[in-house]
Amino acid sequence: MPSVISISKLAKHYQVPEREAGLKAAAKGLFKRTYKTVKAVDEISFDIQPGEVVGFLGPNGAGKTTTLKMLSGLLHPTSGGLSVLGYEPAKRNHDYLRQITLVMGNRNQLSWDLPALDSFDLQRAIYSIPTDEFKRTRDEFVELLELRDLVQKPVRNLSLGERMKMEFVGALLHKPKILFLDEPTLGLDVTMQKRIRSFVAEYNKRYGATVLLTSHYMADVEALCRRVIVIHHGRLLFDGDLAALVEKFSAFKTVGFTLDNPAADLSQYGDVVSIDGSRVMMRVPKEKTSAVTSRLLTELSVDDLTVEAAPIEDVIESVFAVRKEALE
Amino acid sequence: MKRYFDFYTSMMRVSVLEQWQYPIANYFYMIGMLAEPVIYMVVWSAVAEQQGGSVGGYTPGSLAAYYIVWTLVRQMNIAFTPYGWEWRIRQGRLSMSLLRPMHPLHEDVAFFAGWKVVMIILWIPLALVLSLIFKPDLNPTLLDGVIFFVAIWMAYLIRTVTLSLLGMVTFWTTRVSALFELYFAAELILSGRLVPLSLMPDWVQRAAWFFPFRWAFGYPIEVLVGNMSVNDLFIGLGMQFVWVFFGAVFVSQIWKIAIRRFSAVGG
Repeated sequence: MPSVISISKLAKHYQVPEREAGLKAAAKGLFKRTYKTVKAVDEISFDIQPGEVVGFLGPNGAGKTTTLKMLSGLLHPTSGGLSVLGYEPAKRNHDYLRQITLVMGNRNQLSWDLPALDSFDLQRAIYSIPTDEFKRTRDEFVELLELRDLVQKPVRNLSLGERMKMEFVGALLHKPKILFLDEPTLGLDVTMQKRIRSFVAEYNKRYGATVLLTSHYMADVEALCRRVIVIHHGRLLFDGDLAALVEKFSAFKTVGFTLDNPAADLSQYGDVVSIDGSRVMMRVPKEKTSAVTSRLLTELSVDDLTVEAAPIEDVIESVFAVRKEALE
Repeated sequence: MKRYFDFYTSMMRVSVLEQWQYPIANYFYMIGMLAEPVIYMVVWSAVAEQQGGSVGGYTPGSLAAYYIVWTLVRQMNIAFTPYGWEWRIRQGRLSMSLLRPMHPLHEDVAFFAGWKVVMIILWIPLALVLSLIFKPDLNPTLLDGVIFFVAIWMAYLIRTVTLSLLGMVTFWTTRVSALFELYFAAELILSGRLVPLSLMPDWVQRAAWFFPFRWAFGYPIEVLVGNMSVNDLFIGLGMQFVWVFFGAVFVSQIWKIAIRRFSAVGG
């Protein structure tokens, strides 16, 4: 199956002026400016198939948003090949823009003072959506996100989570084939995050849309993405299954158990992460998990023993740590 | 074409609805803007009376007409300023507009056109009050009225393209304020905003022909109050079309270069 997103050695470099502090340097800068090249994205390559939901991960400043902006046509790449649905995004062909959407968690396009219904109607006009189809889609999304009672309220009177759900409705009314989601659950409470996640999953299932998602909430990634792409300092660190990432980079497992005397010295078994009443959570090197659990069961007579993979946050952190040396 | 018509009517509707949310604020804004023409009107009326009843052919009545029509033209040629360009880039608003299958300038034109509908409605009572106080001498013909209607919308478009050109400088530098102040100073002198152009020295009147300011400000006022010949009416309209056409072409070409420099700093 041909890729819907194809990136080859994509790069975005910025020339940033820089100078020393102080008056002398400022005066010198008037005549001779020095620039530093910042490689926001540095020759990354990947392909995404139709219908895939891919997590795009990296710390702040890794180049995720810059990549999404190039994919959505907001930024011109410095070099490299970039094709989305067969289009070159930077040309911002209107047929291309009708097939994508970019949702940013900290941006909104709905009119602040009006009920969302008015903004939805404007979206209809912008994307030339036939009226019947528009009403059907709008009502479908409003139903899915349980917004029936809110669409007539001015947007300024909605909570952050409610506004974000409205943003999703507005951003998807034209039924885009590709969704670029940049921190869509930023600042939302757990319930609202869950609702947004299930909506994205449902949209992907119903319309076969391709989703590229950046999020610092690993719950978003775990719930939606089988595949993840990890970048750091603009360079690609990992591209593959989330499970493979965990397997490859998780050096520890989390062992939990209930103990009558949690004050006992447990350091010989592993690192104690937390003790909550009689419940102990411990970090154990992956290759020693079997041996440690056996010893715990025989030597301490523990109850309710569980073994879990390390939290995905820790895994991602270890990816950065492992590859940092290679990049510097 | 149908698509653009649908977009323009929808955007104007949203703009009207938004502005009706704050009618008092809009009224105060408009009253604040009245101070400028009222000062000009009082000063020039005093000068006319001191000079035996008229100055440069303008009587206190025709000066009152000039500056009352001025207040409408000023509302009509409000367009998205370079400060607005700075703001929307920093706020990430331009990024949102760029994602739409529509040139962002259509959004600007339609939004401000809708705003004007509200402002005109709010302007009518103020114009009536000013007329009762200053007793304007205004006797337009039907043709003057028709051309005035076209001319004020053309004036709006001229100011939109010129301010857009200025606003696009933001893609090269974020400090466009100084440039805008320069533009404002030139507009004040060469447009008929400060004083009817016929009261200015000859060289200023001649220079005004070659800049957009007069066609975006003084000309529509003169259509209604200036007793222009039919020939001059249509020459002025022609000049407006020329400025809109070449301005739009220029905007479109500069836009292609400018947008490559867009770094989406605000999101």
